[in-house]
Amino acid sequence: MAVASDVPKESFRLSMLIYDTRYRSVTIQVFVLILFALFLAWLLNNTANNLATRGKEFNFGFLWQRAGYDIGQALIPYTNDSTHFRALLVGLINTLVVAIIGCVLATVIGVVVGVLRLSKNWLVAGLMTVYVEMFRNVPLLLWILLSYVILSETTPQPRDFRVTDEMAAAGEAPAASMILWDSVAVTNRGTNIPSPLFDRGLGSADLGFMSVNLTTLAYILVIAGSVWVNRRILASARAQQEATGDRPVTWWKSILVLFGPVIALSVALGLHLEIPELRGFNFQGGILVAHSFTALVIALALYTAAFIAEIVRAGILAISRGQSEAAFALGLRPGRTMNLIILPQALRVIIPPLISQYLNLTKNTSLGIAVSYLDLRGTLGGITLNQTGRELECMLLMMLIYLTISLIISALMNFYNSTVQIKAR
Amino acid sequence: MKKSVFLGVVAATTMVAGAASAQATLEAVKARGELICGSNTGLTGFGAPDASGNWTGFDVDLCRALAAAIFGDATKVRFVPTTGETRFTALQSGEVDVLIRNSTWTYSRDTELALDFVAVNYYDGQGFMVKSDLGVSSAKELDGATVCIQTGTTTELNLADFFKQNNISYQPVTVADDSEAQRQYLAGACDAYTTDASGLAASRATMPDAANHIILPEIISKEPLGPVVRHGDNNWGDIVRWTYYALLIAEEKGITKANVEEVATSTADEEVKRLLGLSGDMGVKIGLDNAAFKNAIAAVGNYGEVFAANIGEGTAINLARGLNALWTQGGLQYAPPLR
Repeated sequence: MAVASDVPKESFRLSMLIYDTRYRSVTIQVFVLILFALFLAWLLNNTANNLATRGKEFNFGFLWQRAGYDIGQALIPYTNDSTHFRALLVGLINTLVVAIIGCVLATVIGVVVGVLRLSKNWLVAGLMTVYVEMFRNVPLLLWILLSYVILSETTPQPRDFRVTDEMAAAGEAPAASMILWDSVAVTNRGTNIPSPLFDRGLGSADLGFMSVNLTTLAYILVIAGSVWVNRRILASARAQQEATGDRPVTWWKSILVLFGPVIALSVALGLHLEIPELRGFNFQGGILVAHSFTALVIALALYTAAFIAEIVRAGILAISRGQSEAAFALGLRPGRTMNLIILPQALRVIIPPLISQYLNLTKNTSLGIAVSYLDLRGTLGGITLNQTGRELECMLLMMLIYLTISLIISALMNFYNSTVQIKAR
Repeated sequence: MKKSVFLGVVAATTMVAGAASAQATLEAVKARGELICGSNTGLTGFGAPDASGNWTGFDVDLCRALAAAIFGDATKVRFVPTTGETRFTALQSGEVDVLIRNSTWTYSRDTELALDFVAVNYYDGQGFMVKSDLGVSSAKELDGATVCIQTGTTTELNLADFFKQNNISYQPVTVADDSEAQRQYLAGACDAYTTDASGLAASRATMPDAANHIILPEIISKEPLGPVVRHGDNNWGDIVRWTYYALLIAEEKGITKANVEEVATSTADEEVKRLLGLSGDMGVKIGLDNAAFKNAIAAVGNYGEVFAANIGEGTAINLARGLNALWTQGGLQYAPPLR
């Protein structure tokens, strides 16, 4: 059979760009793209012109100048002689520390609260509902300020810990005292906790661009090794159980392998605790955990946990009742049903919205500025920006860094998500 | 082709707009009908709204004098509170016409930030305030202390330098503004509060137990505070500078708020005649009325009166003239000749 003749060739006319549905969508897209490009060009041009008018140039050279200011909480060596770039790193690490601790705490609290909210016990479920609604419906900034004010206004000043000679003679106790066997002092400035000290530390290795603390490295290696050996022991126990039906006793081996090497390393390095002590105006020695940090972590964790609790509850409710009824029919107790049947299935529903909560928490750390917590926003976007007057550079750099952190978090969580999804075989 | 034409037009417009905004602050102010003055968020004596919302203070009075010089009416001014962090951006972006807010004149602000400090209306230095029961009599005894400091200020850098030079350590608590610093300091969250000595005196005046706080004798820096304008509009800079100098010359010549009209009718001094607009067209040369400086003096009084009314001895803040006395009385306040 002869193929129907081709559609008669129409010659292309300009009006077809609008009236012909074959071309119309392309026309519109190209048009919008041109408009968008023009808008971007205008934006860049406007910025460049305004910078030129103000006599400012765009360059990042200031990052290598002396910063000249001090930062209260610096987890890497930093003095006011360090560069602005170093200050940026200090701020970035402060941001990450709050974000990581906050995410872990929020997840733990959120999962517990989410599960308890479904409890059959009316009081427990009611209390959890109150918690969720309270934290979800009040702005985060207020929670941060509230926890900071509570921490700093209800705790004693460092000088209240002092025992003067007259007080000792009269046998009076100071107005405040340290807790946990005199090792931790909570003042209105922060919490002083003991810090680990090593008599025979391994020092640090200088790699040129950064220095690595060998003691920390040794601990990480030893712990990783112990965990690996323990897994081998458990795997061989499982193999024996599968083969013979008899599980060998492993608990004492696990304890030995997990704790033995760490304790041996600690003894070898001469680990002991440095207890904070009141000298002069403040407690010296140990580690000072400033209230700005504590308040920020607590508020972020509790606030985000309220959202995570709802996500967890939704995830659990998404699992059909048949699943738990089947588990009960098999004789599983409610706790085991939750751990073995419901939660693993619910994870598939929970993970994707959980990613956004982690991203939110990470970005919300920038609210630390309200309680003078010097995170990335406080150092690069605060003091560095102010002292150098490089608003545009600092803001762009800060946006870029937050974007990178967020993208890394999403990538990691998406990877985890793909591992818990149902595998199509 | 079309695109490049469009871009060219856009570029040309923005450049014209940029150039216009740099040159014509005075026209913009006149067209708007009021002056917008960047002020402190609240520092008693220098710039703070009172209970009924009226701004008062040493810096505020200079804004009013400026409004009087431009409009002949000291009320045609609006105050925009700015923090240490936001002040220069507010000025650069044109949100305020002039910034009169305890801002220290430094090299990098003058050059890199593209600002012009047109005069120094208060010679200051950075000091420390501590509670008297802390038992400290010198800043060098503050080793290991926690110090409250306002961010975005020169004091932040001076503080780091001072402790480094004296080889002692401290724990900084960075706060956004004066009221937050006071709250932290009074709550005992920091042992010492550091800022310009005048600011300390002003803060102390508002504390309920002012007598229990002492300002340590060390002055660790030079802090020349003055009005700031954007780079590039020299005429506007001249207006701000000479309005300020007019108040200084008025004090030198003994012209006060009360006697300015009487002096205007009776004076035989040529410089006073030029100052009060009776000869020489001084006001017109900078785009104002000849009576501009006279209006400024009539609105707020001379420099000495402004000082005495807001921060001088007898007020709660109780600052001596010190470096801010006229040059004829051993101070640094010196106006070039109005000629």
